[in-house]
Amino acid sequence: MLTDQAGKGVHQDTPGPGQSAQNPLRTGGNLLQLVSPEGERISHPEFDVWVKDIGDEQLCSLYEDMTVIRRIDAEATALQRQGELALWPPLLGQEASQIGSSRSLRDDDFVFPSYRESGVAYVRGAHLTEIARVWRGNASYGWDPQRINLATPQIIIGSQSLHATGYAMGVQLDGANTAVLAYFGDGATSEGDVNEAMVFAASYQAPVVFFCQNNHWAISEPVRIQSHVQLADRPTGFGIPSIRVDGNDVLAVMAATRVALDRARKGGGPTFIEAVTYRMGPHTTADDPTRYRDPIELEDWAAKDPILRLRKLLEAKGLLTDDVEARVKAKADAVAAELRSSCIDMQDPQPLDVFNHVYSTPNSWIERQKDHYSRYLNSFNQPVEEGAL
Amino acid sequence: MTATMIKEFRLPDLGEGLTESEILSWKVAVGDTVTLNQVIAEVETAKAVVELPSPFAGTVAALHEQPGTVVEVGKPIVSFEVDDAGSSNGGGAPAVVDRSAVEASVKGAPTAGGTEAVGAPAKREPNLVGYGAVVEHSGRPTRRARGQVQDVKSVTPEAAAIAEPVVARQAEADVERPRSTPPVRKLARDLGLDLQLVPGTGPGGLITREDVQNFSGAVEAPAELAPVAAELGERETRTAIKGVRKFTAAAMVQSAFTAPHVTEFLTVDVTATMELLARLKGNRAFEGYKLTPLTIAAKAVLVALRNSPTLNSRWDESSQEIVQFNYVNLGIAAATPRGLTVPNIKDAHRMTLRELSTALTELTDTARAGKTSPAELSGGTISITNIGVFGIDAGTPILNPGEAAIVALGAVRKAPWVVNDELAVRQVMSLSLSFDHRLVDGEQGSRFLADLGAILSDPAMVMTMI
Repeated sequence: MLTDQAGKGVHQDTPGPGQSAQNPLRTGGNLLQLVSPEGERISHPEFDVWVKDIGDEQLCSLYEDMTVIRRIDAEATALQRQGELALWPPLLGQEASQIGSSRSLRDDDFVFPSYRESGVAYVRGAHLTEIARVWRGNASYGWDPQRINLATPQIIIGSQSLHATGYAMGVQLDGANTAVLAYFGDGATSEGDVNEAMVFAASYQAPVVFFCQNNHWAISEPVRIQSHVQLADRPTGFGIPSIRVDGNDVLAVMAATRVALDRARKGGGPTFIEAVTYRMGPHTTADDPTRYRDPIELEDWAAKDPILRLRKLLEAKGLLTDDVEARVKAKADAVAAELRSSCIDMQDPQPLDVFNHVYSTPNSWIERQKDHYSRYLNSFNQPVEEGAL
Repeated sequence: MTATMIKEFRLPDLGEGLTESEILSWKVAVGDTVTLNQVIAEVETAKAVVELPSPFAGTVAALHEQPGTVVEVGKPIVSFEVDDAGSSNGGGAPAVVDRSAVEASVKGAPTAGGTEAVGAPAKREPNLVGYGAVVEHSGRPTRRARGQVQDVKSVTPEAAAIAEPVVARQAEADVERPRSTPPVRKLARDLGLDLQLVPGTGPGGLITREDVQNFSGAVEAPAELAPVAAELGERETRTAIKGVRKFTAAAMVQSAFTAPHVTEFLTVDVTATMELLARLKGNRAFEGYKLTPLTIAAKAVLVALRNSPTLNSRWDESSQEIVQFNYVNLGIAAATPRGLTVPNIKDAHRMTLRELSTALTELTDTARAGKTSPAELSGGTISITNIGVFGIDAGTPILNPGEAAIVALGAVRKAPWVVNDELAVRQVMSLSLSFDHRLVDGEQGSRFLADLGAILSDPAMVMTMI
């Protein structure tokens, strides 16, 4: 049995007509795996070549990144419980999907994330304070999208897939060879936005990769109710080729993402990747999954933990030395401490900051509103200052 | 000696826009040394039960609230004594207050909101994340009385003496819905309690989880028994009500107090059925299939339903409709390591005896392994409980919530029986049928039970029913 056993939409070992393994637009079989849950390297005739450059050092580095983002997630969750963040959407369990895909990108590629891709933001080079400040409610955006080629996260489900497709069509008009990647979840594939984006991406053969992390739960809605076919069979209806990959297998995710990015760069058009993973935590810190989720399901997925799996592979290869362990732990500790201090020491925004960055150039109407609001605030006899933003 | 300082941890807004939470339990005690992010308490919001990690490394100086208390967001709940220099939080958000002020507030007035940082309600303070939240005084607009307050004195003196607090509460209840939180309301509903009768001890008369539990305990245990129970305290084992037990209890209470149950009994001679079973077991076509009285009885239920479809229906209160199922999802009560579950066999009406046998075997194996999925537990239309496996003859089974009927199969045992006016030793089984009297009249229930008995005493009777 492969990684998923959760229901119709995700689990069809006997594919229906025009679906799954028999679908001519699908590559990689029912579920692409290069490392088994037991940590054994599985060779694959088609996809091995895409990760042949990943040597011992890179494997350790992937392990470090996955461990660090899990630590970021744990620390941020604690900060929310301590009243230092308003909300946090945990990524626990999705480390391989986020690291495997984001580590396959070039700096000049452009990424459009949802709200859960904090691990991707870390890899793209967002500062920890930039990751934290939106969730603290101190700013309406985290980072400068142009600096790290990472758009601001979308809370609206799936809308970033349209932004990504539009950006990719722009890339085409520029004649550039950069690729564009949109992250979204299983629930987003049921939204109009994602389907519209796929129509345009296919029509224009735009260089965009739709990276769907199927974490099995759209808040409390299980994926098996949303889709009676595997999610990787949805894009093929639009004529978009797809790969269904074990999202807890970092090597397989890398291979699939590299194939898709390469296709985009070479004018081959869009690709849809379904990374089959699992949201081990709540939807956000305001959610209680025990109310709708069977604890047995969680146990089953804990056995397929992406970090545990990579650890087993490293151990088998004799790479998990005390040195490596100590280095990774020190890095994770340092990142957690920096996240905490940067969060707690963050300068609070001032009322008038809300007018900043509405326009990139001076705007008389905004200035007028700002003036009115400033006078209104003064009527309370409060000091009015502009803050950090 | 290193200088120390006192830092307070105020209850944050743990969801999005919550105004209060209930402290369920403390995981630390005063004097305990805690590390950063160590779990110090479990609290329940209107949305979830969550663990609170410590924002400081240090020593617990004071716990300001008791478990069971509903605390407003922004109120201090713990004070920590932390190393002055070693504080990793620097100018951190949780308020740093003068130690003497904290001690005063701990020792002094029970309202812990007496510290400078929390007081001064007149001044408007920012209340964003990370500022250290401000106490939100209930956050609800005060409701105005909708009607006349009932005259308490009009109640007879005796009644008033016995039930004084209840009557007083009811008078208030006419004015305003009792204040509580959704999880507590649910608990009361699950326990079958009317919240209007429960005295609230929380802020502003708020009814807490503890209030409901206390009230529930008071109702169940008469006062004179209390000392005895206390004496036996150490001889009891107390287990938290949760998981399958909690779910089962809620389902049973809901079913028992929603659907008016009627139970009928019929004892039948099932010798012919047992002979049929023996013949089938020797039949090649059934080789490898597990055949038991339950298999035949399940098939018999499916056949008997054809003449009495009302037993396979549902009362839909919300839409004021009776749902008649034209299919049968046959529930089978199963004792599992996790407790009672009632998984069902989908579209059992379409199955041949062999398919039914396979489905029953799979269902029980899955249930025993504890692997039954939520989908298999929902959508049942009628159920069978096989109490015979425990050597029991009959009972008054409670309906699986939402279903109109449940059949309990008793043990098959040899018994004296009148055959052709003479006593004979026959194999006999008792059938118990409970049905929802809203949906099923005595006539229909009786006919179904008689048909079921007829098939089991003479399987050839199936010929007359299909």
